[in-house]
Amino acid sequence: MVQKLKNIFTFSSAWAVMLFLYLPLFIIILYSFNNESVNAFPIRSYSLKWYQALFKDDELIGAVFNSLKIAFASTFIALCIGMPAAYAINKYSFWGKKSLERIILMPITLPGIVTGVAMLSFFPFYGINISLTAVLIGHITFLCAVVITQLLVRFKQMDPFLEQAAYDLGAKPLSAFFKVILPNMRTAIIGTVLLCLVLSMDEIPVTFFLIGGTNTLPIEIYGMMRRGITPEVNAISTFIFIFSAIAIIISTRTNKKNKSAA
Amino acid sequence: MKKNRSKYLLLAPLAIWLLLFLLLPYCFVLVQSFLKSDDFGNVVYDVNVDSYTKIFTNSLYYSTIFYTFLYALLVAAICILISLPLAYYIAFKVRRNKLLLYSMIVLPFWVSYIVRAYAWKIILGENGILNSLLMKTGITDHPVEQFLYSTFSTIVCLVYILTPFVAIPIYTAMEQIPKSLVEASKDLGAGSFTTFRRIIFPLALPGIISGGTFALVLTMGDFLAPLLLGGPNTLFISNIVQNLFGTSNDKPLGSAVGIVILLLILAVLEISSHYEKKYSSFKINS
Repeated sequence: MVQKLKNIFTFSSAWAVMLFLYLPLFIIILYSFNNESVNAFPIRSYSLKWYQALFKDDELIGAVFNSLKIAFASTFIALCIGMPAAYAINKYSFWGKKSLERIILMPITLPGIVTGVAMLSFFPFYGINISLTAVLIGHITFLCAVVITQLLVRFKQMDPFLEQAAYDLGAKPLSAFFKVILPNMRTAIIGTVLLCLVLSMDEIPVTFFLIGGTNTLPIEIYGMMRRGITPEVNAISTFIFIFSAIAIIISTRTNKKNKSAA
Repeated sequence: MKKNRSKYLLLAPLAIWLLLFLLLPYCFVLVQSFLKSDDFGNVVYDVNVDSYTKIFTNSLYYSTIFYTFLYALLVAAICILISLPLAYYIAFKVRRNKLLLYSMIVLPFWVSYIVRAYAWKIILGENGILNSLLMKTGITDHPVEQFLYSTFSTIVCLVYILTPFVAIPIYTAMEQIPKSLVEASKDLGAGSFTTFRRIIFPLALPGIISGGTFALVLTMGDFLAPLLLGGPNTLFISNIVQNLFGTSNDKPLGSAVGIVILLLILAVLEISSHYEKKYSSFKINS
């Protein structure tokens, strides 16, 4: 009897926390269909008018495209810079390895605001003023940290004899990379790319300081919120929620497949 | 020789990138914190420690740093408190669908910060959902203004945003505890609470510490939650940095405050990694 009560307590407190995590998200989705412009309880009538407003809002659509451009470009460049480095960090020992690993992690461990103001202060010395270019460089820098930490885990799990076998069979380094290492890293790369895209699309603290006149999506939403609550934000938030959910489903699926294959 | 060259070739792009766009900017902030700004907000190359003197003598700065640290501790404590039952439930009580439930903790972490902050704005707002619900049910007859634009709403929002960061490491730590250990404790006559207190909690401590550290450090660096949900009196230390680089335009002072936050965070990270290691040594190698 007492055990049963304890179980009920554990069960209900766990689900209460789960509710706390999800209720706000469901409220946004629900209220995106609200016909009125005040988010009050209960909803009197439903409509799709905020979604229609969304597709007519040129500034918001422009911001979505800016964010997509930055996200894809920064993810691609971070992968090009980060993947060879992760490979080398895993395989070789070299002078200053420990310090390099610490520096790589800095944009993740240190607060975004400090990284943001540091870049804001120093980029002008390179002739880079606040603009989407500055934002792009900022994003590449912190995504390098994400790429390397994510890929290092997988490189460490990989059998080192696999690569050696390729060389013994006469493969050149480049073909060993493309034919042996890359296929083995496929799921890790997909997961990393998705994580990078999502993180870049959501990034605010660094972007906040480097953005010029043209906004990215989260900064545009921030602006809309500052101007007052508009249910249009509910509609765009619903889209963001759906895309995040799709990204994590793909990411866990590929991870699971890889685990069962191993 | 050839091998040596290729490894530096692989590392060079990253090293150059980090030097140019990360290390030099950080170093410049350090340098800038010892300079001063003229009446027009231009940085003047005149080395001094005025900014640091200001931070430690003007109560606006040192008390805000102190209060931000207290709020961060509070946020971390609440996050740990609510993550414990959730992590415990998934690690020990759920048999099927474990992965699904785990993904459910991870999902909010992937949803945009701004969207999650916005949710609380529409829930807690003066004409928001909570107030209209309370009025409809007759609990109050006028909107409760204190919900939004206060330190309370800022803390609620931060707890909401940071809980996944805390729950994930706690769950990971609990998942690694051998189930046989928990059963042995129960076989020896310990109740669930004693088992939790004596077995599960100490073994999950490294996860609890690392999760709590995430919440603490991220709150100390956060300027958006106070900006979006806080009131006129809600001022976190990062808001001061943001103002000094924006409207107040005193970059040297802003840099100095940034450096102080940075040192504080590094100290927190150092202390917590010390304790994390200390308690990991209790781990049973079976």
